[in-house]
Amino acid sequence: MIVWELFLAFLRVGFFAFGGGMAALPLIEREVVTRHAWLTSQEFVELVALSEMSPGPIGINAATFAGYRAAGVPGSAAATMAFCLPSLLLVGVAFGLLDRFRKHSMVASLLRGLRAAAVALIGVAAVSVVRTGIGDWFAVALAGVVFFLVLSKKVDPVLLILLAGVAGMAVYR
Amino acid sequence: MVPLVRRAMVEDERLLNDSDFMQGFSVAQILPGVLAINTACFVGRKIRGLPGALVCVAGAALPSFCIMLAVASLFGEFRHVRLVQGFMRGAAPAVAALIAAAVLEMGWRGLDTHGEIVMAFLLAGTVIVFSLHPLWAVVGGVAWGLLRHR
Repeated sequence: MIVWELFLAFLRVGFFAFGGGMAALPLIEREVVTRHAWLTSQEFVELVALSEMSPGPIGINAATFAGYRAAGVPGSAAATMAFCLPSLLLVGVAFGLLDRFRKHSMVASLLRGLRAAAVALIGVAAVSVVRTGIGDWFAVALAGVVFFLVLSKKVDPVLLILLAGVAGMAVYR
Repeated sequence: MVPLVRRAMVEDERLLNDSDFMQGFSVAQILPGVLAINTACFVGRKIRGLPGALVCVAGAALPSFCIMLAVASLFGEFRHVRLVQGFMRGAAPAVAALIAAAVLEMGWRGLDTHGEIVMAFLLAGTVIVFSLHPLWAVVGGVAWGLLRHR
């Protein structure tokens, strides 16, 4: 039964994940933490960290991980397939339409609103991970350094997570 | 991932031309869902209809799916090990910073009017302060876009 619920949950996420995988994170959190309690908010931060560190789209990684934690391999298959299903449906239906009307001014305004919403969704994800993931001054400092390095020095994000993890191993013993 | 798709489809296999690909990519950005999956859907559909789309999506999702299964089961085994916990406690603030940086970069490059920037702040703020379902950010964004149009 959990497998079916996972399928429905990620179908909902897939239909409303405007702005891509990272913008889907707060929707995923809502389903797997708030609504179904398959994961704690601590485990959700672990999900985000591991999804970002692993190769491949962060959204697919997050769905696979959440599904696995909730209901093993069948759960991960259900979550990942459900997450991809809206893409398959919408590309068929919306493609011709959107492309024909995208110069239309109403569609342009709509897209502007969706763009703002996508940035807002990623902002919600950021605040949520900051709340759970940063608990002491060392973590604040680490976050500050990473923030600076990725924005101004364009250091590879995966490398930054790995280094921060190693720093964590040394400090939190 | 998208540049890799382009190179495979346009340059190596010559299944699509560049303008078809760009058109597909720009619509893939608008639709909800993972960008790489949407792009794969479009490419597959353009070349072989629905079966093509299914094959391309499976191909785009399967490697991540397999890798993530391995990561999740390994992590499940070792998550109580002290060193692993330390690693995650260090990784968490880094991830928080990376997502915050992504917000700034997306806002910087993606939003081109002051109205959009203010709206993104308002939508995120409202959802966070009132702990609303994040879906409301999408609803609010769409409503604002349509209202502005009139």
